[in-house]
Amino acid sequence: MIETLRGLSLLDVTLPVVLALLAFGILLAVVRLLRGPTLPDRVVAIDLIATQAVAMLASSAIAFNEPALLQPALVLTLIAFVGTVAFARYVAKRASS
Amino acid sequence: MTELITVVLLFVGTLFTLLAAIGILRMPDVFMRMQVATKAATLGVACVALAAATHFGDLATIARSLLIVLFLYLTAPVAAHTIGRAAYVAGAKLWEGTIIDELRGRHRKGPQPPSSLATNDTTAAEDRQSRTDRGEQRQVDLS
Repeated sequence: MIETLRGLSLLDVTLPVVLALLAFGILLAVVRLLRGPTLPDRVVAIDLIATQAVAMLASSAIAFNEPALLQPALVLTLIAFVGTVAFARYVAKRASS
Repeated sequence: MTELITVVLLFVGTLFTLLAAIGILRMPDVFMRMQVATKAATLGVACVALAAATHFGDLATIARSLLIVLFLYLTAPVAAHTIGRAAYVAGAKLWEGTIIDELRGRHRKGPQPPSSLATNDTTAAEDRQSRTDRGEQRQVDLS
């Protein structure tokens, strides 16, 4: 344990900052999701939000000392991939018809 | 020591993920947004997953973290490629400063060439060929 001010460990100090920064990042991606301007932009934004959610789950696993949270992170990685590819196929198909 | 490694990995991962979010907001066209979101966020999440692995340190968690990293590195490039291609086929706008568009003319509904590319009517491959024939260096002006 690396002690910092008031007996908090270094990890205790870092984790709130990390979670706040990740949440702010998701907020920025949501802004892009709402602004568009085209469908591919929104698909990219959704993909990024899913990736950031995986990061959030992994850091929450550390924050709450709960390793089980890594399992949803693993599932989310795969689901995000399937979703992105499905959306991309839809965009391409809509363009060619 | 473990704690220090965890903290450093967490922080680096968070910064990269945040960088991806800033990039997706600030980049001028779909292709750059796709690029920045994929590369920076993938590295960021990999760092955070490895931080979880070093923090818990038991076999089950390390295995899961490595699986997350593995799947992420397998799927992210494929997903990015598919979106990029779909966007191009759907005629997404290119940034005005775009220097080269090697797919130009290959797709019926491809994007309108931006003003930086519209000056001459050669395709990118012909253009490059003629430039190498003349021994010219490509001047890149990103201003």
